[in-house]
Amino acid sequence: MAYIILPTPALPYPTAMHIPDGFLSGPVAAVGYALAAVFVAIAVGRTNRSLGEKSVPLMGVTAACIFAAQMMNFPVTGGTSGHLLGGTLAAILVGPWAAIIVMTSVIGVQGLMFQDGGLSALGFNIFNMGVIPVLVGYGIYYLATLFTDGRRGWILPTGVFVASWITVMLAAFATSIELAVSGTSPLHVVLPAMMGVHALIGIGEGLITAAAVTFVLTTRPDLIEQPQRVAPQGGLS
Amino acid sequence: MTKKGYVILLLVGLGIALLVTLFSPLASSKPDGLERVAEDKAFVDKGKDAPYQVIADYAFPWVDNEDAATVLAGIVGVLVVTTLVIGLGLGFTALSRRASLSAAKSGGPAPPVSGGGGTASGGDAASRGKS
Repeated sequence: MAYIILPTPALPYPTAMHIPDGFLSGPVAAVGYALAAVFVAIAVGRTNRSLGEKSVPLMGVTAACIFAAQMMNFPVTGGTSGHLLGGTLAAILVGPWAAIIVMTSVIGVQGLMFQDGGLSALGFNIFNMGVIPVLVGYGIYYLATLFTDGRRGWILPTGVFVASWITVMLAAFATSIELAVSGTSPLHVVLPAMMGVHALIGIGEGLITAAAVTFVLTTRPDLIEQPQRVAPQGGLS
Repeated sequence: MTKKGYVILLLVGLGIALLVTLFSPLASSKPDGLERVAEDKAFVDKGKDAPYQVIADYAFPWVDNEDAATVLAGIVGVLVVTTLVIGLGLGFTALSRRASLSAAKSGGPAPPVSGGGGTASGGDAASRGKS
């Protein structure tokens, strides 16, 4: 656990959970692109069918805030920092399918324009940070809403916190597997390290997300749609 | 929500995002999660530079002041991301409106364009392909 104190040179490739070029093998990168393509295609299809005009400005604002928040690295212990991933937040604000579009756009711009996350790793970066956290985070949030009718009290914020923390851990887990399969670092080395660091970063994610959701629920509750209890069959339009 | 409501939402939301970017020079510059692990577990050297750089490392090029370069990069990023997502969203809503219009008149084989919707010919082609 002892972190050697050494002047860490600024790396030419900033990462977060953003995987840089060179960490993933060719086949693994290809699988990432395929997975991302499948889920983004589903998300586009679902959003196409259900997106109300009212959601569009909210999607834009959500993307803007998540991009900005991802620049704000907060310190965690051991000379390490972390930042918001935002998948759970996006899913709660705009719903899971639109959130995948939002997260894919943010991660895409980060990779293509800001060289944050490698081109070859873009597929898995989208999958790790824009698909897994969105779908799982929304699922747990949905469960939390079942236990609370009102929007007051601690159940919902606690549920949001737990959902956010779990999604960061899952993203770290997925990243570790991808690195291990790529032969970059053995699983028994990379997995405990990633899970350990991100258990702390996840707390930040949980606090920020719970605070943001509480803020929106108190100022503009109309923006957050309650999840539909009965899944609509087929198209609504 | 009224049109004014959308504009207010957009302005307030963008305002929050831009406000956050103003504080981005204060962000911790310590290595973050994956970076830390990559250093500790000695696989950081496997990372490669990007084949090209636009605003790499969230530092706007040609700006000497580091803080200003970071804030500028943040502002550019916020505006690009917002424009992209709103553009995509508007595209999707336009598509879904056209799809529901063409679905409404997909009963007969290629009916003459009725006055109601004023859809482009692409809509007709789409509905014909589907049915």
